[in-house]
Amino acid sequence: MARANKEKEAAVRMKMQPKDYAFSFFNYLVFALLALLCLYPFYYLIINSISANDLSASGKINFLPEGIHLQNYKDVFKLRGLSTAALVSVCRTVLGTVFTVMASAFLGFMFTQEKMWHRKFWYRFMVITMYFNAGLIPMFMTMRTLHLTNSFWVYIIPAIVQPFNVIIVKTYIESLPASLMEAAEIDGAGILTRFFKIVLPTSTPILATVAIWAAVGQWNSYQDTLIYITDQKLYSLQYLLYTYINQASSLANLVKSSGSAAAAANLAKQQTPTSIRMTISVIVVLPIMFIYPLFQKHFVKGIMIGAVKG
Amino acid sequence: MKDGKSKTKKASNESGISTAGYGVSIKASRIKEKYRLFFLIIPFLVLVFMFSYFPLYGWIYALYDYKAPLKLSQCDFVGFKWFKTLFANPTQVKQLMVVMKNTFAMSLLGIATSFLPVLFAVFLNEIKSKWFKNMVQTLTTLPNFISWTLVYAIAFCLFAPTGMLNTVLQNWGIISEPIKILDSSKHVWLQMLLWSTWKGLGWGAIMYLAGIAGIDAELYDAAKVDGAGRWQCIKNITIPLIMPTYFVMLMLNIANFLNNGMEQYFVFQNAFNKQNIQVLDLYVYNIGMTGQSLSLATAIGILKSLVSVTLLVIVNGTSKKIRGESII
Repeated sequence: MARANKEKEAAVRMKMQPKDYAFSFFNYLVFALLALLCLYPFYYLIINSISANDLSASGKINFLPEGIHLQNYKDVFKLRGLSTAALVSVCRTVLGTVFTVMASAFLGFMFTQEKMWHRKFWYRFMVITMYFNAGLIPMFMTMRTLHLTNSFWVYIIPAIVQPFNVIIVKTYIESLPASLMEAAEIDGAGILTRFFKIVLPTSTPILATVAIWAAVGQWNSYQDTLIYITDQKLYSLQYLLYTYINQASSLANLVKSSGSAAAAANLAKQQTPTSIRMTISVIVVLPIMFIYPLFQKHFVKGIMIGAVKG
Repeated sequence: MKDGKSKTKKASNESGISTAGYGVSIKASRIKEKYRLFFLIIPFLVLVFMFSYFPLYGWIYALYDYKAPLKLSQCDFVGFKWFKTLFANPTQVKQLMVVMKNTFAMSLLGIATSFLPVLFAVFLNEIKSKWFKNMVQTLTTLPNFISWTLVYAIAFCLFAPTGMLNTVLQNWGIISEPIKILDSSKHVWLQMLLWSTWKGLGWGAIMYLAGIAGIDAELYDAAKVDGAGRWQCIKNITIPLIMPTYFVMLMLNIANFLNNGMEQYFVFQNAFNKQNIQVLDLYVYNIGMTGQSLSLATAIGILKSLVSVTLLVIVNGTSKKIRGESII
C-alpha cells in the first residue's frame, strides 16, 4: 500500500510543471513567513531580557543578544509583589487543575450510570449552563454574597465544574468496552472503587487533555483578578504583568528602589522599565512555551472530541 | 441483561458487602441505588447551581437604583427605568450607538475573515514536507495559548513609542518622530482584527486540517487519474468536504455576535482609543465596575443575554433546517 502510494506520488511528481514549482515555492515562503511572524515576538522578548539593559532600552537588540547577563532575572524577583504573584499563579494552576480534572472525571463517569435518579435531567441541568450567562454584575454580586471576592478560592471553586470537560470525559468513558465495568460490578466493586480502580487509570489520555486545558486556562486568566480581587497579595502573575506594562511611572520608582548599588553603577545591568517589562513577560510565557510542544497532540485531541460532540 | 445486572447488585447489597466501606453511610446504602448515585453528585450540582443559576437572581438589580455598598432593600425600586433610559435618554442612546457600532464592526470583521483558517488549512495541506508542516503548525498555534495580557506586553514592546518598530525606523532615519500606534484612535478595528488573527489563525485551522486528513485519499487518486490538477482537487474535493465544519463554525460565530468578550479589548483600551474599542462586554465592565452604575450595567447585560440566547436558538434552527443537524 505504502509502495503503491509512493509510486503514485512519483508519477504525479513527474508531471510537475514549472508553474507547480512556482506554487510550491510561494506556498513554502508564505508559511515560513507566518511561522516567523508567530515566533519572532517571543524571540525578541527573550533576547532583550538577557541583553545589556542600556542597549535593550534604546532598541538596539533586534536579532542577536548582546552583552548577555542574567541580572534581570535576579532583580525582578526582588520586586515587591512578584514572588507573591508567582506563588498565587502556581497555586491556582496546580489546585485548579487537580480539582477540575477530578470533578470532570467523576461527573463524566457518574453521568454514564444509567441507574441514577433522573440522570438525563441532571445532565441537561449542567450542560445547558454552557449556553447562558447571567452577566458580569450579577456574577460579581454572587461572588460577594458567597464571600469569594478578595479570596484565593474565587480562582478555584467556580472553575471546578466545567460542562464541556465533563462532556468529553463522558464521551470517552462511553467509548470504553462495557465488559470492563460489568466485570467489576459482578465482582461487587462499589461505585467509588470502580471510579478509582477502573475509570481513572483507563481515562488518562482524555484526563491529560482536560488537565492541559485547565492548566493553561488557569495560568493565563487575568479577568477574575481584575473583577473580584482588590487585595494586592492575591494578584496573579498575568494581572501584575498588565499593571507593570501600564504604569510606567510607578515602574520607574520600582526600578530605582530595586537595583543594588553595585548594579546601579553598571549601565548594562541597571534595570530600566523596558528590561523589567521584557523579563516579566518572559517569566510569564516560558512555562507555556515549554509545555506546549510536549502536549500539542493532547490539545488537538481535546478540540476534536469537543467538535464531534460539542 | 439489565435486569440480571441489577439483581446481582441487589444481592450484593443485601449481603452487606457493597458500599458501606467506601465513604457512604450505612443508612444511605440501604436506600435504593438510584438515589445513592444521585447523592454522590449533589455537591457538584450545588456548584452548578451556585455559579450558573443563582447569579440569574442578580438580574433583579436592574429593577433597582442600586448603590454599591448598600443592601438591596435599602435602595429604591425603579421598575424598568434603566431599560427606558437606554432607549430614551439622548446621551445614553448616543453612547450605546457608538458601542454597538464597535461591537458590530468587530463581529462582522471576525465573520468576514472566518474563511482565513480554511485557506490556511487547504494550503498547508499542499505542503509535502512533514517536518515543515509540523513546525508551521506548532509555531502558528503557540500564540493561541498565551494570555491577552501577554499579547499586549508584546504589542507594547514592539509598537510603543519606545518600542522596537519606532526605534528601528528612527535609527534608519525614516521617521523623526515616533508613530503613535497603540495610543491612537485611528485603525483601532483593524489593529484588533490583526491581533486576534495573529493569535487565532493557526489554532482555527487545526480543525480543518484534521478534517482534510480524514478525507479518503482514493478520492484524490481517482480525480488525478481523471486528469484533475491541484486546483481542481482543492475546488471540487477538499473545499466541499470541509464546508460542513466551516458552516458550524460560522453559525457559532453568528450566535456569539454580541459576545466579543472583554479580555482583548480591555488590555488594549486607553484614553485615546476608548471610543473605538469599547465593545458591549467592555462597556458593561466600564460602566458597572469602574463607573459604579451597577443597575444600568445589569440591564444591558440582561438585554445582551436575551439577544444571545435568541440568536443561538435561531442559528440552531437554521442549522437543523439546512443540514438536518443541530449544532448544540
